Amino acid sequence: MAIKIILDKCTGCSLCVKTCPFGAIKVNAARKAEVDTVKCTLCGACVDSCKFKAIELVKTQERCVMPGIENYKGIWVFIEQKKGKVQSVAYELLGKAHELSGKLGCQVSGVLIGHGMDDQLDELFWHGADNIYLVEAPELANFQDEPYTNILVELIKKHKPEIMLCGATAIGRSLISRVAITVNAGLTADCTGLDIDPKRKILLQTRPAFGGNIMATIISPNHRPQMSTVRHKVMQPMAPDKHRKGKVIRETFPSSLYASRTRLLDIVEEVESLVNIAEADIIVSGGRGMGAKDNFKILEELAHVLGAAVGSSRAAVDAGWMPYSHQVGQTGRTVAPKIYFACGISGQIQHLVGMQSSKIIVAVNKDPEAPIFKIATYGILGDVMEVVPSLTKAFKQALNK
Amino acid sequence: MDYLLTEEQKMIKELAHKIAEEKIRPVAAKYDLTEEFPWEVMKVAGESDMFGLFIPEEYGGMGVNVLNLCLATEEFSRACGGIAVCYAASALGTFPIVLFGNDQQKKKYLPDLAKGKKIAAFGLTEPEAGSDAASIKTTAVKKGDYYILNGMKHFITNGGDAETYTVVAMTDKNKGARGASAFIVEKGTPGFTFGKKEEKLGIRASSTRELVFNDCKVPAENLLAKEGMGFIVTMKTFDMSRPGVAAQALGIAQGAMECAAKYARQRVQFGKPISSFQGIQWMLADMATEVEAARALVYACARAIDAGCKDVGRDSAMAKLFASDVAMKVSTDAIQILGGYGYMKDYPAEKYMRDAKITQIYEGTNQIQRNIIGLQLIKDMAK
Amino acid sequence: MNIIVCIKQVPETTEVRINPETNTLIRDGVKSIINPFDMYAIEEAVRLKERFGGKVSVVTMGPPQAECALREAISMGADDGFLVCDRAFAGSDTWATSYTLAGAIRKIGAFDLIICGKQASDGDTAQVGPGIATHLDIPQVTYVKKIEEAGEKSMRVERMLEEGFEIIETPLPALITVVKEINDPRIPSLKGMMRAKSAKITMLGQKDLNLNTTKIGLCGSPTQVVKIFTPPQRQGGQMLQGEAAEAAKQLVGLIKDEVN
Repeated sequence: MAIKIILDKCTGCSLCVKTCPFGAIKVNAARKAEVDTVKCTLCGACVDSCKFKAIELVKTQERCVMPGIENYKGIWVFIEQKKGKVQSVAYELLGKAHELSGKLGCQVSGVLIGHGMDDQLDELFWHGADNIYLVEAPELANFQDEPYTNILVELIKKHKPEIMLCGATAIGRSLISRVAITVNAGLTADCTGLDIDPKRKILLQTRPAFGGNIMATIISPNHRPQMSTVRHKVMQPMAPDKHRKGKVIRETFPSSLYASRTRLLDIVEEVESLVNIAEADIIVSGGRGMGAKDNFKILEELAHVLGAAVGSSRAAVDAGWMPYSHQVGQTGRTVAPKIYFACGISGQIQHLVGMQSSKIIVAVNKDPEAPIFKIATYGILGDVMEVVPSLTKAFKQALNK
Repeated sequence: MDYLLTEEQKMIKELAHKIAEEKIRPVAAKYDLTEEFPWEVMKVAGESDMFGLFIPEEYGGMGVNVLNLCLATEEFSRACGGIAVCYAASALGTFPIVLFGNDQQKKKYLPDLAKGKKIAAFGLTEPEAGSDAASIKTTAVKKGDYYILNGMKHFITNGGDAETYTVVAMTDKNKGARGASAFIVEKGTPGFTFGKKEEKLGIRASSTRELVFNDCKVPAENLLAKEGMGFIVTMKTFDMSRPGVAAQALGIAQGAMECAAKYARQRVQFGKPISSFQGIQWMLADMATEVEAARALVYACARAIDAGCKDVGRDSAMAKLFASDVAMKVSTDAIQILGGYGYMKDYPAEKYMRDAKITQIYEGTNQIQRNIIGLQLIKDMAK
Repeated sequence: MNIIVCIKQVPETTEVRINPETNTLIRDGVKSIINPFDMYAIEEAVRLKERFGGKVSVVTMGPPQAECALREAISMGADDGFLVCDRAFAGSDTWATSYTLAGAIRKIGAFDLIICGKQASDGDTAQVGPGIATHLDIPQVTYVKKIEEAGEKSMRVERMLEEGFEIIETPLPALITVVKEINDPRIPSLKGMMRAKSAKITMLGQKDLNLNTTKIGLCGSPTQVVKIFTPPQRQGGQMLQGEAAEAAKQLVGLIKDEVN
């Protein structure tokens, strides 16, 4: 595959230069576009942007196509479980899978690996699964990379799903990477959007890159299954339909496949004193503008009245005011609560990336130029030390607490 | 301006800059407030081989090079003059051993100093002997295999936190300036205690304490060079370390100027950033020119010392005098550019001015520097 | 202990800005740095070497300028560097990248441990580490926040999860990916920087690795990017006027129904 500038058509307008996310095109002294072949990744963004159709992606080599991809049918969702309980991200993915299955005319199957999971099956059907592939054994009770990978690979080889979705959790990302390599499938991580291309009937996977500065839509047309991981709270579960029923398909495999070279010795839970921020519907978050560790008390008071969790920007964590587990942003957690209060947070892109999908954003800051006001649903210009207690008081009254 | 630094010098400047931005700047305001000694910064500087820049290779250092020392001190000072002086004052306390120590003394003390495992300090100044250094009253009396030290030093940088002290005391009062001798004294030596820690206007991360000698028994083998060499050791040490003070002043000036320029671009008054006003541009232009002139003097002087030029006393006096006066002027102007915000402790500008002031005073007041320069000038005219 | 660290040179995304007129990334003057998570990998490898002896080799797949990332790793204490670079590898997605790197690692030689950073700050996929482990058929432990014990044949580590951690024992050779809780990367020393300047960097191209051509570059990449666009900007809403108490009352009125 090579990229070619059709010099006759090129007017040197520089539209392509601006579009290229890799800085791989420039307009040279002869006022023609020139591609830096080292930086160019052949993504094709410039081809679309050129009004004069002066850029061509020339296929010098056919892309490899996996044989028999037409035999792959159905959307699978990896049902993540921890200590025998199905994780909420699985329900969200079932909801999305159900929606996509309508466009493809196929079934949705969940893959559940564990031990003693029978009581969880009905709820999976209510949330959109048509089938559940259930693989159980005592040694599979807790996740380990190798046995889960082996089982998932065997199931895929046997039943050939066209799409596989998995939560972008610590477990999910670890597992699904190994599976994708083994079955030679394309895997796209942290998708924020999933859709079906109406013509080609393939999965369109949209995800952020460069810390969320740009979005990319990715496809895996020539390999199956098309695999994606999706973060928690990005997709919506469907409203549970208690009339839905489905098929349970129990599979077993030779016990050698359940073996693991690594050994899980212990699971240590760290109990948070406040609500886990990723699960919270309301988050009250503080940043550098809070000024000092003690000042976070006023945020805790507001959070208490609202039944919210307390979050933090990176600046406050780095200053030692809040533990890292509360950090929201590019290097912390991504959250999408109903209401996000940003107090004394300026709104740098690295923080926004972690919370901009919140339904309502309320910003409190004394700097009128703070970038957070550009994306906040409601902004209050003022000193957090005055505004936040006022909010606490006002909410207390309104909620009769 | 391109000073045609060698690859190695560029590396040192780059590394010092990294340490300054990643390790010094984040804690500068905190240490300025609490006056705590910045041990973890010293540890990073030690592990990065920065303390080796004033110690010969055969004793674990990177080789003595005054320009290298200046480059490091300048970059550290850009982030915090107080933390930088903890480093530079260790150089001051180490030079007597580097220049006049015998092999045994060098082997004993230099390796730890090169790695920053131990910090050094120089003890000369006394309550009655500041500029008039020859009037020191601390005595050192030989008794068998020891010298007994009695007396007090004050305003000693790194005092109390350093482990290795080079102290100047009178061994023979009758010989006047020729009656002083220099000794290496270790912290913890019986009879050697510390007085109060001074609370200072600036360079507050640096600790300044009194050294108290009460029948302190110092082993005779800790005498540097010979009896009577005390002030020669001092003068030669200052010749090497003076560019370091100049570099500290230079770094402070550079930091203050950058702070002001950055602010001027953001601050909008009368609908425009104040950097678009000619008055501000002229101030910044003057600041930049003065800083560059100071830099040229400091680097040239440091290079001359490294090249082994004789008679560098006058040059290093000029560098120290000029750079410190520039630091004071530039940091004061920086506050002016920040206006009301410049006066508030919430903003970094005022710290630069507080830190700059001492550079006009210690390691020879600027008045003494002028004496040195003036006398040398007259001497040269007489030829 | 022979350790291989896989690193990636990435643009410093904190500096990446969007051109307000065209809504595209401004790439000019954006510095290239070692992927922040890889710094923790390099530091951990050097610490293990300091404890157990052995060698740390750093490998990266990238354009020729990625060489300075390798030298920076050497200045922190790694022993040598390998640059996997060839036009044939261009356009690789994570599948082809992990295949190529696995091939390079086989060429570099025997190892006890491979350490990778959790994810790269430009792609953010966290797939290459596990991918390499799978291609090499070695066990993996991801999100390692502490190495409790290490020996010749095995290692015991703490693996970070969302609400706590697991203690896992793995035989060696193995691959681990590390998170920032594991250590504080050191500032290089001058001696290290000087050593890095003259250190040997070995270039590995397709002719050295002889990889299956259907598994490298574009051909070996199951995923393809079809579109790049700027995300729809979230618009600002309303600024609430008045003193603190007044603004608070207004806000409560507007959103109190959203609060359960």
